[in-house]
Amino acid sequence: MNINNTDVVVTGLGATTPLGGDVASTWDALLAGKSGVTRITDEWIEPFPAQLVARLAQDPSEKIDRVRSRRLDRSQQVAVVAAEEAWADSGAGDAGYDSLRVAVVMGTGIGGAMTLLDQDDILEAKGPKRVSPFTIPMLMPNGPAAAVGLAIGARGGVHAPVSACASGAEAIRWGLDMLRLDRADVVLVGGAEACVHPLPMAGFASMRAMSTRNDDPEHASRPFDAGRDGFVLAEGAAALVLERADAAKARGAKVYGTLAGAGGTSDGYDLVAPHPEGEGAQRAIGAALRDAGLSASDVGHVNAHATSTPVGDIAEAAAILEAIGDHAAVTATKSQSGHLLGAAGALESVFCLLALRDQVIPGTQNIEQLDDAAAVQKLDIVRGAPRKATFSAALNDSFGFGGHNMALVFTTA
Amino acid sequence: MASTAEIQSGLAEILEEVAGVAPADATPEKSFTEDLDVDSLSMVEIATAVEDKFGVAIPDDELGGIKTVGDAISFIEKNQ
Repeated sequence: MNINNTDVVVTGLGATTPLGGDVASTWDALLAGKSGVTRITDEWIEPFPAQLVARLAQDPSEKIDRVRSRRLDRSQQVAVVAAEEAWADSGAGDAGYDSLRVAVVMGTGIGGAMTLLDQDDILEAKGPKRVSPFTIPMLMPNGPAAAVGLAIGARGGVHAPVSACASGAEAIRWGLDMLRLDRADVVLVGGAEACVHPLPMAGFASMRAMSTRNDDPEHASRPFDAGRDGFVLAEGAAALVLERADAAKARGAKVYGTLAGAGGTSDGYDLVAPHPEGEGAQRAIGAALRDAGLSASDVGHVNAHATSTPVGDIAEAAAILEAIGDHAAVTATKSQSGHLLGAAGALESVFCLLALRDQVIPGTQNIEQLDDAAAVQKLDIVRGAPRKATFSAALNDSFGFGGHNMALVFTTA
Repeated sequence: MASTAEIQSGLAEILEEVAGVAPADATPEKSFTEDLDVDSLSMVEIATAVEDKFGVAIPDDELGGIKTVGDAISFIEKNQ
């Protein structure tokens, strides 16, 4: 096995989120403290206990033409929008890379659930012959990765990690591995999710995982606040272009930062509940730091997974405290974006890179009274307005139902 | 009974909707796959739309024999 431990850098970013239709507008809205959360007003929502959602700021139809859209599930549409932005941003498409050495790793948590459910309605109402011939390619969980592979002409492999809300982060780790193993020269990585539909909404609500603060949408997602009562479902996608540092330098590419290390573990504890002390999360963070050759004291900023669920935020706070300590400035951007599930790790990695570039840490919104758990109290959580800071390494945590734990470390270029 | 011209324009509408083919390009001599870039899954959608619009079902074993817009027009004409 040829393990090539050269540095891997990020040369392109893309996103379409509840905060903006691209990276720049999303970042601006984040730093301005804006919320992407609204209350659903469709008639079907009436019997639902949790009625909040963070929908895309810009519909994908504004960037993908109608004929192309109709054969892509919404999760594939958002993946393509984010990927095309990242690909153009990187300039890698014009850099002379052999398409046989271009790969895609794009994760999703739920995949094409909207297609599955819509086509099931057609099956019930009109019979099997009326089910779309595009049903399978639209609902398969590798659909977003495949659509992106087609969009950028990647012929070196298209992969789709599925690890619930850690999928986007796992995709980034997978891309890092591919470059280190010399399986590709450039890898477009990320995550995509679009499942705002009654069934997923009902399923998450039945788990009591979603906020029911229906009358106060903008303040519903409140990670680390004592009054938090669950996450807000969001849709969107984010993408990053990874290349070897030497190749990126040789072609004069703009570099956002280095993907210095990654760690992944599993809890082996419960299918959905996190380990109370975040034991698996601690190990993931530790593994990412060792992989990056950094120590805990090097990490100046943590973009926490912090979804605003009562149990999850405390377990993560305990893990951060144990694995990193109390010196790093922690933020929870889901307070504004909502929870993009399988795209969350990718979006928050984009935020880590922009935080490193701009030397600014976005604030966590909606903390009125900090949770009184000891670990939460000890962390340096940035609240409200963004904070200027001087730091060279940022950590992104991502966790998923199934006991998946992912940690990624980014450093300044 | 739709006239040949009506069938041609109706088929052009379907092709525009399903595959983004400009109506002016949907002329009888055009091959679906070679000229109009319509793939096999889109052909299945087109067959369903033809059934809705003209009441003519195209069985799977006939669909493969329909290569051009003209083939589709004659099949619909004969079977309507």
